[in-house]
Amino acid sequence: MNKIKSLADLRKLQGEVQSKIKLREKGDDPEKLVQVKVSMATCGIASGAKETMTFLIEELEHQGIDAIVTQTGCMGYCYAEPTIELTMPGQSPVVYGYVNKIKAKEIVDKHIKLNQMVDGIIPTNYSSVDN
Amino acid sequence: MKDLSLHILDIVQNSIRAKASLIEIEVDEVPGKDQFTISITDNGNGMSAEELKRAVDPFYTSRTTRKVGLGLSLFKQNAEQAGGSFHIESTPGIGTKVTAVFGFSHFDRPIMGDLVGCLLILICSPDNVNYIFRHKTTSGEYVLDTREMKETLGEVPIDHPDVRAFLKEMIAENLEQIHISE
Repeated sequence: MNKIKSLADLRKLQGEVQSKIKLREKGDDPEKLVQVKVSMATCGIASGAKETMTFLIEELEHQGIDAIVTQTGCMGYCYAEPTIELTMPGQSPVVYGYVNKIKAKEIVDKHIKLNQMVDGIIPTNYSSVDN
Repeated sequence: MKDLSLHILDIVQNSIRAKASLIEIEVDEVPGKDQFTISITDNGNGMSAEELKRAVDPFYTSRTTRKVGLGLSLFKQNAEQAGGSFHIESTPGIGTKVTAVFGFSHFDRPIMGDLVGCLLILICSPDNVNYIFRHKTTSGEYVLDTREMKETLGEVPIDHPDVRAFLKEMIAENLEQIHISE
C-alpha cells in the first residue's frame, strides 16, 4: 500500500514547483490574464456551480491556458444559475447564464481560445460584483 | 442542496462574505449516539441579536441582489427533517458558529457527497482566508490546517495546479484512512 501523503510530501512538492515558477516569467499581472468568476451563492451551488467551477479549473489547466478562476457571490440572476463572469484581457466582463459542463466547454473553446462570443450571454450593464 | 458537502460550501460562503480570516469546519460522526454533526465557526463580522433572529428566515438576506436567503434555512430544514437539530450563535466583532446535527442513520439524512471537491474549491482559492478542517469518525480523526500548508509552500501559491492535484490526493487518502461514511 502507498504511504499516505503528508505535509512532508508537500514540502518536497514545494521545491519542485518553486523552480518551475521561476522558469515562467514573473509577468503574472491579473489584468493580462483571463479571469473567470463563478457565482457561488446558495442559488449557484444548488444548480451545480461546484461542478462548473471544478470543470473550468481542470479544463483550463489541461489546455494550458493561464487563467484565474475565482468564486463570487450572487449577481441576481438566480434563474440562470450557474452563471459565470468572464473577463478577457483588456475587455469588459461578459456574464454567461446556464453554464453547465457542456456550455463551459463551449465557452473555453470559442470565447476564451478564439475570442468569439457564444450564445447564453446575459445582457448587463454594471461594474463587477465583488461579493 | 443535493448533499451535505454542498451545504458546507454554501454556509462557508456566508463566512467569507462576513470577512472572516479563519474558518473552522468540523464534521463529527458518532453512530453510537446516532449523530452526524457539522459545525462551521468563523471569526467574521458576526451578527447583532436582531439579525441573528432573522438569519434563518428564508425571506431575509443581507444581500441586495435578491430578496431571499435560503442557505441557512435549507440547512436547518434538512437537519430537522433528518431527526436532528440546528443551532446558530453569533457575536458582533467575534464571529459566528453554525451547528447542524443530523440523525446518523436517519433515512432522510443527505449523503456527504463530494467533500474533497468542495474542500478543494475553498482551500485552493487565492483570497486570504485560512481553514481548519476536522473530521472525526469512530476510526480516527483527520485535521487539515491551511496555515501550516501555506507556511510550507512559501512563495508557491496554494492554487497552483500541481499543488491542487497533490492536495486532492492527500485529502482523499486521509479521509479514506478514517473511513468516512457516505
